[in-house]
Amino acid sequence: MNAITGAPEALRVENLSKRFTLHLQGGRRLPVLDRVDLAVHPGECVALVGPSGAGKSTLMRTLYGNYLAGAGRILVRHEGAMVDLATAEPRTIVALRRTTIGYVSQFLRVIPRVPTAAIVAEPARRAGMAEAGAMVAARGLLDRLNLPEALWDLPPATFSGGEQQRVNLARGFVHPYPVMLLDEPTASLDPANRDIVIGLITEAKARGAAIVGIFHDAAVREAVATRSLTVAALAVEAA
Amino acid sequence: MTPKAAHDPDYNLGYLDEQTKRMIRRALLKAVAIPGYQVPFASREMPLAYGWGTGGMQVTAAVLGPDDVLKVIDQGADDTTNAVSIRRFFARVTGVRTTERTVEATVIQTRHRIPEQALTEGQIIVYQVPQPEPLRKLEPRETETRRMHALADYGLMHVKLYEDIARHGRITLSYDYPVLVNGRYVMAPSPIPSFDNPKMHHSPALQLFGAGREKRIYAIPPYTEVRSLDFEDHPFHPWRASNCCDLCGAADSYLDEVVTDDRGGRMFVCSDTDWCADRREAGHRGRLAGHALATPRADDPA
Amino acid sequence: MSDRAILDVPILDVTGIGVRFGGLNAVKDATFSLWPGEVLAIVGESGSGKTTLLRTLAGELAPDSGQALFRTRAGEVVDIPRLAEPQRRALARTEWGFVHQNPRDGLRMAVSAGGNVGERLMAAGARHWGHIRAEAAAWLARVEIDGSRIDDPPRVFSGGMQQRLQIARVLVTEPRLVLMDEPTGGLDVSVQARLLDLIRTLVGELGIAAIIVTHDLAVARLLADRMLVMQQGRIVEAGLTDQVLDDPQHPYSQLLVSSVLQA
Repeated sequence: MNAITGAPEALRVENLSKRFTLHLQGGRRLPVLDRVDLAVHPGECVALVGPSGAGKSTLMRTLYGNYLAGAGRILVRHEGAMVDLATAEPRTIVALRRTTIGYVSQFLRVIPRVPTAAIVAEPARRAGMAEAGAMVAARGLLDRLNLPEALWDLPPATFSGGEQQRVNLARGFVHPYPVMLLDEPTASLDPANRDIVIGLITEAKARGAAIVGIFHDAAVREAVATRSLTVAALAVEAA
Repeated sequence: MTPKAAHDPDYNLGYLDEQTKRMIRRALLKAVAIPGYQVPFASREMPLAYGWGTGGMQVTAAVLGPDDVLKVIDQGADDTTNAVSIRRFFARVTGVRTTERTVEATVIQTRHRIPEQALTEGQIIVYQVPQPEPLRKLEPRETETRRMHALADYGLMHVKLYEDIARHGRITLSYDYPVLVNGRYVMAPSPIPSFDNPKMHHSPALQLFGAGREKRIYAIPPYTEVRSLDFEDHPFHPWRASNCCDLCGAADSYLDEVVTDDRGGRMFVCSDTDWCADRREAGHRGRLAGHALATPRADDPA
Repeated sequence: MSDRAILDVPILDVTGIGVRFGGLNAVKDATFSLWPGEVLAIVGESGSGKTTLLRTLAGELAPDSGQALFRTRAGEVVDIPRLAEPQRRALARTEWGFVHQNPRDGLRMAVSAGGNVGERLMAAGARHWGHIRAEAAAWLARVEIDGSRIDDPPRVFSGGMQQRLQIARVLVTEPRLVLMDEPTGGLDVSVQARLLDLIRTLVGELGIAAIIVTHDLAVARLLADRMLVMQQGRIVEAGLTDQVLDDPQHPYSQLLVSSVLQA
């Protein structure tokens, strides 16, 4: 399909399981992922599908190291080698996130008081781009996402949901991560901006990004996904 | 010079008992061995109050021998009450010769001055010290100041000088100006004017410091490096009034300003009375030569 | 977090540190490493031993067991608790910094802002007044204190300004490891945000390794790459900051995270 032919996979998930143990509820166990397998090549976009609460977001967060993997491997191509994120040292994960894995969540969580443009530029700077170049890239993306220029120098705390979402998207696309995780990137957007995001994702695929995403909007999914992976809900185990 | 005499038999030689003098001498030896280091000693009660030179007197009592010639100055003057009392005291309890002439003296006890006449080998100068700890005003904890000395952790001392320059554009500290002795210990030179600081550097005389109330003795052996603390771009500058002595005309001595009436009249005179008298005897004349204050020197009748 | 590449040699290797106060085990078997450019948060409630651990790492408290190996700029490895006092002080002036919760503990309240910042430079041997003052002025600007306040003593400053001054005073000698004890504690929320932003920017620009003790999980989330959760003197959980906060494993961590009001 759209995958860049012959390129080795950028992300390979093997036998990934995850369950939560709720110690405050008498040690109740909540299994969410059971032996998930997934391989994503550069240029592919895999859409996670399944009912609400099936564990799509949990899988995304586990792939980012935000949730701790229970069993299995999460192999990510980082600087030429496959690194197992499930067992990596925290500082290795920090390095992976700096240059290799990008994540766009539904919620913007940033330090208060920092202007929007600086927030967007930060991932590029941390990935090694010079301050000036990072700011140019940040402003270009904010402009493309139709965030009014008057807002660029303000902190995003008081922005609307749609504006915050676009700040988040700009932040996620400012550095060309080889692996991108998109958790409902178009949730609060109007149709015009939604199309712009489709364009961003299509360009990312074209440059060879391996993408895993949750797209509730069927039209977006149709436009960007190269294939789907169904995530099924698991039963709650007794303590 | 007064003649040698027998000491008052009601007192031990030098007022202090022999054990105490030995104790003080041991402290002095240690102080000489570690230039600038404050040696604690068991300061005794003296027949005058703390703050009147009890530390200096105990050091003087411990070093005076029968052949010594004692000079005592207070702010450079031999004829002020405090200087006269101390000189009489030692004449009585030791019987040593006393003098007002710097060149004749073998032991000089001083409060707040170093004589203008350069000191020579074999002379001992004993400073009366009110506050031996140069870091005291910056760091009130004795435990901490001792540790700072032990570790030569003297950044704080420069903070004080930094503040002075920040506030006034220059270092305005004009007396008790801290010095670094032998490249190791920061030391309070007692409240001598900063004008006198250079005289401490490589002095041929032995310099001893006694603080009676604070119970500390310290010393600078002859020919020891004594550097006044400063900054590269704000070097140490000894301060003196830019006038000449109105009695002897000296342009390079440290001057006292004397108010002569209630209509703004004033004069500048050498703070070192012996130096000024010598110069006048040698024929030097100042602006107010012949003034009532310029009475000739009279040896103390004690 | 640092812009620089994470180097492969830890700047600090802590192994089995234990501190007892009488019969109380204030810190038990603390073990972790810190790499250059990394920010580590230590969280836990009052009495969990986090400040005791921090003071041990600063060499202010002697542990009953364990070692804390620090790699100096010159590449020498020293065991902090076993350093002789002169060496400890020399390192504390040049290689480490300690930011106290209460700025009064870290500043000289009667000395001017410039003098406070300059003190570490002078202690490290700087003797050119003009250079010291220029450096102090540059640091006041970096911590957003107006240059016209350089000769004012910190006692006339607001709490937030005092804390920023303390940070300037610590960072002026560009230490490689900064230890912070509740640096935003006792400040208004609006002032906290400014300070957090400042700490994050400076730590990032200078590539400093930092350990921040805090009971405020939001502070940990915004500043730290990694965190340790302490309970009754033990490290009960360690990991990536957002992982520990969003997917805590230990019962105590889960309690701690669930006890925070969501803003």
